[in-house]
Amino acid sequence: MSPRATGATALRVFSQLRRDPRTIVLLLLVPVVLMALLKGLFVDNPSLFDRIGVPLLGLFPFIAMFLVTSITMLRERTSGTLERLMAMPLAKLDLLVGYGLAFAGFAAVQAVLVSLVAFGLLDLHAAGPRWLVVVLAVLNAILGMALGLFCSAFARTEFQAVQFMPAVVLPQILLCGLIVPRDQMAQVLELLSYALPLTYAYDALQRVSEDILNARLALDVAIVLAVTLAALALGAVTLRRQTP
Amino acid sequence: MAVEPAVVIERLRVVRGGRPALEDLSTAVRAGVVTGLLGPSGSGKSTLIRSIVGVQVIDSGSVRVYGLDAGSPALRSRIGYMTQAPSVYVDLTVEENLRYFARILDQPPARVGEVVEAVGLGAEHDRVVDRLSGGQRARVSLAAALIGKPQLLVLDEPTVGLDPLLRRDLWQMFHDLAAQGTTLLVSSHVMDEAGNCDELILLREGRLLATGTPDDLRRRTDADDLGESFLRLIEERP
Repeated sequence: MSPRATGATALRVFSQLRRDPRTIVLLLLVPVVLMALLKGLFVDNPSLFDRIGVPLLGLFPFIAMFLVTSITMLRERTSGTLERLMAMPLAKLDLLVGYGLAFAGFAAVQAVLVSLVAFGLLDLHAAGPRWLVVVLAVLNAILGMALGLFCSAFARTEFQAVQFMPAVVLPQILLCGLIVPRDQMAQVLELLSYALPLTYAYDALQRVSEDILNARLALDVAIVLAVTLAALALGAVTLRRQTP
Repeated sequence: MAVEPAVVIERLRVVRGGRPALEDLSTAVRAGVVTGLLGPSGSGKSTLIRSIVGVQVIDSGSVRVYGLDAGSPALRSRIGYMTQAPSVYVDLTVEENLRYFARILDQPPARVGEVVEAVGLGAEHDRVVDRLSGGQRARVSLAAALIGKPQLLVLDEPTVGLDPLLRRDLWQMFHDLAAQGTTLLVSSHVMDEAGNCDELILLREGRLLATGTPDDLRRRTDADDLGESFLRLIEERP
């Protein structure tokens, strides 16, 4: 692995994003608009807005980066550029970390913007520190990136890649506790929710929103990091130097 | 010549999509010359090229490049590879693409300008690849293969669809590179191009049909035209 090749990859991915202003605007504006929508939805119940708004703020980057990465990596596979890179003196880690840096940077911008609007204009309240919400959002973005990277190996077309979003992301959002507390679900679903990484991502955000900064929060973060690393390792396995 | 061949292939067999793409193929690529890899489409040219570059899973036999197994990490900076479909980022400019590959290959930024000029894309250097014609995209891909000053340059159909003048210039560049010591393996499905090569490897249906210089092949088949030679070689076979 070399810092030069990793940095070059991060810059390249960033230039590709920059070349597509419409996607950038969508990525930055959609979460802000959804947050405003949520505010209107719970206009008579501000405490419910806080309960849902804070975790959602931290989960937006997960969803966005999952989609962006699975499509970008699929393009890399189908356009032959991955084959070219794999024939070059580029370590797989250079590619993965390069992607991670570029998308984490972008996710940070996204998370800061949404939190500025939500906390500043929409009167969202978090009992815990706001910066921690942003940090968790960036970690979740990297988790989304790692899972998207792995899933892209199972798609042959962009159509298929887009379908992974409802297949992989939506069940996790339903089961993570955001909509119904997990102890009120059918028991089999509650057990299943323990196996899904977004459960821990949500739990951490929820704890920050209530200012419960305890060991359990640290464990949540550790699990999110561990799953991210595992997904990156699995993703690295799907980047083949040699193909049939 | 006493010089070691750049590539030595022994009894290579490759299966792709459930059927053999290459069968019992043994040949060598001479160092420091332009070798043409010719055969109709579907004859296994790209599979052979992928095997030499080391991105193809092979079933049996061996492919050795400069004495190392194809695909060895030490070879990655010594081989320049141009895939058949232009493998560059269509949402970046010509220069952005090449700057990225130059950084990976640890080449100075000035190298980008050199290869852009070499493939005749000086006027297009800051255009997004998306907006370029097919032939121009192919040349961006060729420039990316040239950028690391590789010892072995493996080009899969680099001149397809190009203007005849440009094609002539590129062949001239291939020979200039060979004169400086680079080994080139250039595939084509057009027999017209065979005459531009120093050596030829002819493939048909995944098997080796013949090797030799263009003059050898003309003499052996008693034909003036290399297309005619190719036909006679096929007919000689049972």
